[in-house]
Amino acid sequence: MTAQATAPAASAGAPHRPRRPIGAIALSVFTWLVGLVFVSPVLWLVLTAFKQENQAATDPPTLFFQPTLDRFAAVLGADFLPYLGNSMIATLASTLLVLVLGIPAAYALAVAPIKRTDDVLFFFISTKMLPVVAVVVPIYVAAAHLSMLDNVWTLVVLYTAMNLPIAVWMLRSFFLEVPKAIVEAARVEGAGLGRVLWSVMLPIMAPGIAATALICMIFAWNEFFFAVNLTAAQAATVPVFLTGFITSEGLFVAQLSAAVVMASLPIVVIGWTAQRQLVRGLSMGAVK
Amino acid sequence: MSTATAPAEKTSEKPTAPAARTGRGPRAAGWVRRAPLLPALVFMLVVTQLPFLATIFYSLRSWNLVRPDSQAWVGVANYLAVFTDRQFLAAVANTVLITAACVVVAMLLGIGLALLLDRSFWGRGVVRTLVITPFLILPVATALLWKHIMFEPVFGLIGFVLSPLGVDTYDWVSQSPIVSVVIALVWQWTPFMMLLVLAGLQSQDTDALEAGQVDGASKWQSFVWITLPHLRRYIELGVLLGSIYVVNTFDTIYMMTQGGPGTASSNLPFYIYQRTFLGFDIGQSAAMGVVVVVGTIIVAMLALRLIFRTFLNAQEATS
Repeated sequence: MTAQATAPAASAGAPHRPRRPIGAIALSVFTWLVGLVFVSPVLWLVLTAFKQENQAATDPPTLFFQPTLDRFAAVLGADFLPYLGNSMIATLASTLLVLVLGIPAAYALAVAPIKRTDDVLFFFISTKMLPVVAVVVPIYVAAAHLSMLDNVWTLVVLYTAMNLPIAVWMLRSFFLEVPKAIVEAARVEGAGLGRVLWSVMLPIMAPGIAATALICMIFAWNEFFFAVNLTAAQAATVPVFLTGFITSEGLFVAQLSAAVVMASLPIVVIGWTAQRQLVRGLSMGAVK
Repeated sequence: MSTATAPAEKTSEKPTAPAARTGRGPRAAGWVRRAPLLPALVFMLVVTQLPFLATIFYSLRSWNLVRPDSQAWVGVANYLAVFTDRQFLAAVANTVLITAACVVVAMLLGIGLALLLDRSFWGRGVVRTLVITPFLILPVATALLWKHIMFEPVFGLIGFVLSPLGVDTYDWVSQSPIVSVVIALVWQWTPFMMLLVLAGLQSQDTDALEAGQVDGASKWQSFVWITLPHLRRYIELGVLLGSIYVVNTFDTIYMMTQGGPGTASSNLPFYIYQRTFLGFDIGQSAAMGVVVVVGTIIVAMLALRLIFRTFLNAQEATS
């Protein structure tokens, strides 16, 4: 962009204007300030995670201190790892299942539309509008009957259902971007639908599929309602671990911060990686 | 692209089964086309629609888990009880209040941030990455962060920042529970709105803006008359999608206020949760669930139409 903008100016022989007028610099500094203020609770949280408990609860707040990893060690000592394991199973397994079910479905809806394509798309997205409180009672009763309460695979099934509509819409929007000529060329050579999907489209789709998977992982990792209501000691996930901090006796803010940092870090990193696709996932493919 | 060509070579080597099957006539071809769709469709029907039908069934029965032998058909009695339940009506009001406040404020802040981030400046990528972070943190953790670190009456950061104004030891969470919840939610949802509006700004046709400048429009005029109308669809989409997500807020209430003090900050998901998992009243909880769905459908229909319109337009633009 900048190269394009400067080239004509140079050729026209215009007097060299200052590239950054003072107003623009002020606005940039202002933007930085606004961004930092907005994100300051996170920065403070990260700082607090490296404090001792008595440094975390002071008035006025402590800004300079000797950083320590004590509180992280304390969280790990408080049986954090089983929760982390459950979260990873629930997140990765449900995302895999979403892709296995979603890729063929999105392909069918994008490349070989059936008569009622719009109805099907409408149905998928309408399930996202169904409040979870409207289905949790029967799901709880059914899980109890099947002895599936406190079982991480119950969460896998539910998280798959939670993310599948988003994935189908998002993947469909990526499928629609695959040039039709490539698909037709393959079909002329005698490749069937399955072969076109597997050998021709999937390699082109790889970045889109990765983005979809990342979005699904974010939602699955952060899910709380089903996790807190359907699990107990065995299958509880990371968000459920954090309920231990709702009310605590004594000083616990530094340990809380360390727990929050560890619980959020994997998904924050994933979100940063997928930030260009985030808006597409959140709007279910409607906005690119 | 090199990865794309390698597997494609394999395609020509062996003709595949589905290709052979398509020869069997239009009916078979139709099923071949539908087959990839069916597993996902059946899965979604079983996991979402069956439970909802069961919810309707339960809502017509009296059933308390504490008294397992108490089941009976009661018709619409549960619904009558729901609509005369003051706490339910208060939860409805809280839900509307929290959702509307959160979505409107988050959208205004989101527009502001998006306008700032739409310019190119040094470190723009870093600032954008920082700004989306609140949306990525576990919502449960966000609630804890605001409750114990920001709003804490004695050591909290908000109290420290506001101490020059004399609001030093205000107990936000118990004195103004709804305001506290809304602030935490706004902080969490502003990045979502910002991303949508930013996508809108960046899809804007610069020709129109340049034409406006040539015609002597001021920056403010081109914003109001060219940029805002272009953003309208993105703003609508953000408001509607945001509403759908925020209406279902459970984690923030659960972690910050537990619906309290008393039932002051209880919203619908939290109240139904209480009636189901603490009150064990399956019949009434189910009836409330059905009422919530009917309410949601009305809002959702608008949202769905809009998403369809936006999506189909985007499609036309790309193809």
